[in-house]
Amino acid sequence: MSQRLAELAATTDLAADPVGFASDPWWLILFKAVLVFAFCVVMTLFAIWWERKVVAWMQMRIGPKHVGPQGLLQSLADGVKLAFKEDIIVKAADKPVYILAPVVSMVPAFMAFAVIPMGGQVSMFGHQTHLQLTDLPVGVLYILATASVGIYGIVLAGWSSGSTYPLLGSLRSTAQMISYEVAMGLSFAGVFLYSGSMSTSTIVGQQGDTWFAVLLPVSFIIYIVAMVGETNRAPFDLPEAEGELVGGFHTEYSSLKFALFFLAEYVNMVVVSSLATTLFLGGYRAPWPITAVWDGANSGWWTLLWYFLKVQLFLFLFIWLRGTLPRLRYDQFMRLGWKVLIPTSLVWLMLIATVRAMKNEGYDYRGIVLGIAGAIIAILVLSVVWDMFRGTDDEEEKAKAAQPPPGAPGAAEPFDPMAGGFPVPPLPGQELPPVPRRAVRRAEPVGAMVGNGNGTGSADDESATDATDKEV
Amino acid sequence: MTEATVGVGIGADQLDTTDMVLNIGPQHPSTHGVLRLRLVLDGERIITAEPIIGYMHRGAEKLFEVRDYRQILVLANRHDWLSAFANELGVVLAVERMLGMEVPERAVWARTLLAELNRVLSHLMFLGSYPLELGAITPIFHAFRDREEIQAVMEEISGGRMHFMFNRVGGLKEDLPAGWLGRARAAVAGVRGRVPVLRDLVHGNEIFRARTKGVGVLSRETVHAYGVSGPIARASGVDFDLRRDEPYLAYGELTDVLRVVTREEGDCLARFSCLIDQVEVSLDLADACLDRLETLPPGPINLRLPKVLKAPEGHTYAWTENPLGVNGYYLVSRGEKTPWRLKLRSASFNNVQVLSELLPGTLVADMVAILGSMFFVVGDIDK
Amino acid sequence: MTAHGYFSTYALVGLVLLVGGGFVSVAFAANRLLRPHAPNVEKLMTYECGVDPVGEGWAQTHIRYYIYAYLYVIFAVDAIFLFPWATVFADPGFGTTTLVEMFVFVGFLAVGLLYAWRKGVLTWT
Repeated sequence: MSQRLAELAATTDLAADPVGFASDPWWLILFKAVLVFAFCVVMTLFAIWWERKVVAWMQMRIGPKHVGPQGLLQSLADGVKLAFKEDIIVKAADKPVYILAPVVSMVPAFMAFAVIPMGGQVSMFGHQTHLQLTDLPVGVLYILATASVGIYGIVLAGWSSGSTYPLLGSLRSTAQMISYEVAMGLSFAGVFLYSGSMSTSTIVGQQGDTWFAVLLPVSFIIYIVAMVGETNRAPFDLPEAEGELVGGFHTEYSSLKFALFFLAEYVNMVVVSSLATTLFLGGYRAPWPITAVWDGANSGWWTLLWYFLKVQLFLFLFIWLRGTLPRLRYDQFMRLGWKVLIPTSLVWLMLIATVRAMKNEGYDYRGIVLGIAGAIIAILVLSVVWDMFRGTDDEEEKAKAAQPPPGAPGAAEPFDPMAGGFPVPPLPGQELPPVPRRAVRRAEPVGAMVGNGNGTGSADDESATDATDKEV
Repeated sequence: MTEATVGVGIGADQLDTTDMVLNIGPQHPSTHGVLRLRLVLDGERIITAEPIIGYMHRGAEKLFEVRDYRQILVLANRHDWLSAFANELGVVLAVERMLGMEVPERAVWARTLLAELNRVLSHLMFLGSYPLELGAITPIFHAFRDREEIQAVMEEISGGRMHFMFNRVGGLKEDLPAGWLGRARAAVAGVRGRVPVLRDLVHGNEIFRARTKGVGVLSRETVHAYGVSGPIARASGVDFDLRRDEPYLAYGELTDVLRVVTREEGDCLARFSCLIDQVEVSLDLADACLDRLETLPPGPINLRLPKVLKAPEGHTYAWTENPLGVNGYYLVSRGEKTPWRLKLRSASFNNVQVLSELLPGTLVADMVAILGSMFFVVGDIDK
Repeated sequence: MTAHGYFSTYALVGLVLLVGGGFVSVAFAANRLLRPHAPNVEKLMTYECGVDPVGEGWAQTHIRYYIYAYLYVIFAVDAIFLFPWATVFADPGFGTTTLVEMFVFVGFLAVGLLYAWRKGVLTWT
């Protein structure tokens, strides 16, 4: 194991002076741990501000601009305000679980960050160290595990609130997150197949030449969809669908506990974005055109910049989706997960495994096969998704064509109890006479409409029209 | 009705799934107002739904009886706060008919124009809020931008942004300001130019279609049985529009412009597309009215009224095609300066009743789609 | 990598957990000091859209949620089996046999999913 790790490490740029992750002095480790938390919180504050600004821009608004330059401190102000708010624990709540839930939701989100490589090897206080807290040999699995623990927070929050909306919200949320976690996990398997490792730093190192997003387009797409589902963000934000379940699982939460849920959501967004960057977009390594002209792009603190930019790219995607799309309905969402994403992942995984095995056996048309198969599957996925949402478009067109042309009289209509008459059904045995008024389409002289008895009558009886004619 | 008193998986003797009673409203984000729905759920499926109304009841009809005809307008334009002008219209038409009053032609055309602009305002509101209920947060801002433009011209003439109070018995309050017709035309053109944005953003969105197509299908028979009217009825194929079928104001002369938008499906998508098409029709009508107003010779826009306005003894029923449906006023006068009775038939009241037919058997998530597509104003329900 | 180094990477995870715990405790303590505390009966009622809540909010819900949980357990565990396989797949010594084995395994998975599909478990009723 260790031998293989060393080999893999040698393939990366870190090879110049490979430093083990355990060789940092304890104070540096502690400092980095605190730094990870600080980074998460700052990223959350920034992401909220960024989201509000971008969504505002999409909606022709200005967005926050009063607190701090360009409103940058708005989310900080909001966070502080939340901490100052009265904390209400409703009587029906199960108190210990109710308090524990936001903690269970938030801490794993932070913990997942421990294995995210945010940058290469840098010099920090005179020590060579990685911009990554720890490098578990099963780093990606560890992230999956922490994400699963985070789900408990939501389930428990909904259950312990002792109220209907949170309960429904949390049940939805659970079913949703576990469904998408399966698809997410299967998309990882493709990456492992190529990287030969579950360690995040090794996976980044393996993408020196080609990003896995290029090699594994289907896995990448599936991961993108799954990560949006996993973080409960639009268009998959069903657990907190405010139109249906009010606030969803956090309806009964207030003050700091609510803020923790908020924090957890955004940290989770940053985590899944970081994971996408790490697994598919070459992690903290500079994108191709930059490396071609600048050798130093992949060294030192610069790597943090590339990492940050790539994460921002995904965060922007989250925001863009939120600004554009309505929410899916629950069953549509589950159908997408179980009937599209999971089968596709399985097929795709076996496909790349086969191709890899063939390559190992000495066949050489790997690239061609992979390209073609990838394209076919990508098209299949897209078409399935398309069909699911599009429905049968032709029907709509036909229905439109069947509409009477503008201004055409509705005289061709079959029997219609409401036509021109009163909105009441005919009495038993009563035949509504052929519409009297519809046929009369004379253009009345303007201004004279007050006098004619045409527009009079009572809601109960048609014959009452006569009575009103007396003031003509 | 079983009440939910059993904890999750509490014991083997009670392994039935209990029906859960879920109150949607009176304070709920998707009812935009204080409508309350009492739902009995099995999981996420609705078993029964009962609209409980009256949280906003203000006794408008009773208040009408102690106001003179000029004051009634202030009250009457409030029940459906999105279509104030159209509400005023019904009252003045009833009173004018009782008085046998001939309204100046310019007033008639201006009223038609303002009624159509008001219809656009109301429709745009729902075109924005309906996607919002389905989770799309952006369209409402585009809708409000368009509303703003029309509201600006409405505000210019009436001074109001919501409760215009521009109708008077016998005409309008004041003449149109100089140059207003041009500005109104620009506003209409601006809104028309941006309707495709809403159409692309919402109507063409796959998720939106998936959520609305085939959902909450309202049959033609149900429409008739419940007296549903307006765009909701027309989306179910009920080809009924008072503007065409019983022309009031100047609609009789606009038959070549007035196109009654109908759909056959009766689902949420049909209701939405009906609404969006009606906006375009209304904009066409507004343009036609503007054309006509420009050619009309100058003249009075209202009539001088006696100090004490008394409708002669008798009764009449004036109904208008409001943005949300048929809005009727049954006016009974005993020759006094206040009506003896002024019955209000509001569109939303009837339209919402049909929810108890539509909702059972649907999912909670569909409930929101259906509720939003009924295009109601709570004040219009509760009066 | 020594055994010491191997375990210390996990010890770091424990450290993050500790820092997280510290973060939460500090936040809760600060919040306790800062926030007002004035509960009353109305505030402590659960939200029921403005209607006084009747009964408890807990209800025995339909089995369909649990079916998804079972499906998840099956698939997540199976996915866990996939991961080590995918990791060592390209290494020397693992060839076509490994691939065929996994085809058999995934075949079972697929049959399971198909069964659930055919049984209508995946359809929201």
